[in-house]
Amino acid sequence: MKQLALTTSIISTTLVLAQTSPAPKPTGTAAKPTAKAVSTNQPDVGQRKFDANCGRCHSFPEQLSPSLTGTVVRHMRVRANLSAEDEKDILRFLAP
Amino acid sequence: MLHGGRPMTANSLLMRLKDGFIVRNILLALPMLLVFPFAGLKADAQNTPLISGGVGFLTTTNGGVTALQPVISPVAAVPLGEHILVESRAYISDFIAPKNGNSGPYQGDFFAGLQYLQLDYLATPKVTLTVGDFLTPFATYNERLTPIWISNFQDAPLIYPIGNQQGSSIGVMLRGNAYSAPHVRLNYTGYFSVSSSVKQFTGERASGGRFSMYLPDKRLEIGVSYSRLLQGQQGNSEGFDVWWQPYRVPLAIRSEYAHGPHSQGYWVEAAYRLSQWSGPDSWLGRLEPVFRMQQTFRDSPGQDQLPAVNTQRADFGLDYHLPHEVRVNTSYSRQFASTGNTNIWETTVTYRFLFPTWKGRSK
Repeated sequence: MKQLALTTSIISTTLVLAQTSPAPKPTGTAAKPTAKAVSTNQPDVGQRKFDANCGRCHSFPEQLSPSLTGTVVRHMRVRANLSAEDEKDILRFLAP
Repeated sequence: MLHGGRPMTANSLLMRLKDGFIVRNILLALPMLLVFPFAGLKADAQNTPLISGGVGFLTTTNGGVTALQPVISPVAAVPLGEHILVESRAYISDFIAPKNGNSGPYQGDFFAGLQYLQLDYLATPKVTLTVGDFLTPFATYNERLTPIWISNFQDAPLIYPIGNQQGSSIGVMLRGNAYSAPHVRLNYTGYFSVSSSVKQFTGERASGGRFSMYLPDKRLEIGVSYSRLLQGQQGNSEGFDVWWQPYRVPLAIRSEYAHGPHSQGYWVEAAYRLSQWSGPDSWLGRLEPVFRMQQTFRDSPGQDQLPAVNTQRADFGLDYHLPHEVRVNTSYSRQFASTGNTNIWETTVTYRFLFPTWKGRSK
């Protein structure tokens, strides 16, 4: 029971800190600056889908070159159960 | 979950649950994957076969006994045409620990094997057919968090063996997105695995799957899993998982509950990247405190790889995300059980690599 109480208190503290911290940004998991995203200051549909699917487990791969985007997104389509439409949107975000 | 009295990483557990095989088979298999596209199939500008993965150095001090483990875990992914992907992940390590468990000279225990080798066929926009040796889709940890460059903790959760049939399954799997709307997504995965004693590809006869609902607005995912072992002492395993990542906060809460034929348990993990204070690339923003609580409950005696007695464990971690895909994970764990309480200190340094196998053709 001590461990359960400890778990609850730490998670609660983390949540409180998270909700009260200053200047929230769009996301902390994955953000790749693209011309489109930067220019509109709003995450496009592809970026939102990347954050919601790929970015929930890992950060943006820094070494991703344009020649690999199709292969990487196809891998993610299988792993994250993306639809073909999701695949296209994320691919458009990674290689605009 | 113990190897020489020490908790095992998900990858080493996965590889030891399966019959491992010698490294020359890997060295033969991976290059063959990369040769497939040359057989009359052309890679377009974005579909170049890739080599990715992670290199790591793991240390564990459990009850005063230290073990070291250099690891390389390469991933190969080869697209064939417009609808096929062949992918594989290997795990090669040398587990260096005292010869007799607690004392004596250190000796290495070399291990190499494939964690999965599968062919994916994108049949329709919402259906993918997978054949081969694939990671068992039970709950979330096995498919998503076992790569050494992704997991927040070096050790797998205590309940990891429940429902995962040796970590991977051999057979056929159907998966995809069942329904997609702006406010809700429904995903499904179902598989059937055959019994196999082929040393390179051992498997158990089993079936199961996972169904999940994801709410993008809330960034909340709820999933249920089921697995039935169809050989030996047949039994059912059920799982329930919840992930929540608030949209405006770099916080990730992940949890799983699993119930197997002989035991049950849960884990809850909270990770909070300090990127909100001074940006994700500042020295402070690269820090990520992590906490995980887990408990297992023994319902009856059985060989299910879970602790033999009821066990509670708290993991306190501090991860640091260095530039250039280098990551340092540190953790302290306190494990409570009637067989004895234990302190576990762990450090993991990983580097994630990703590169094309050749320069892609321009359109």
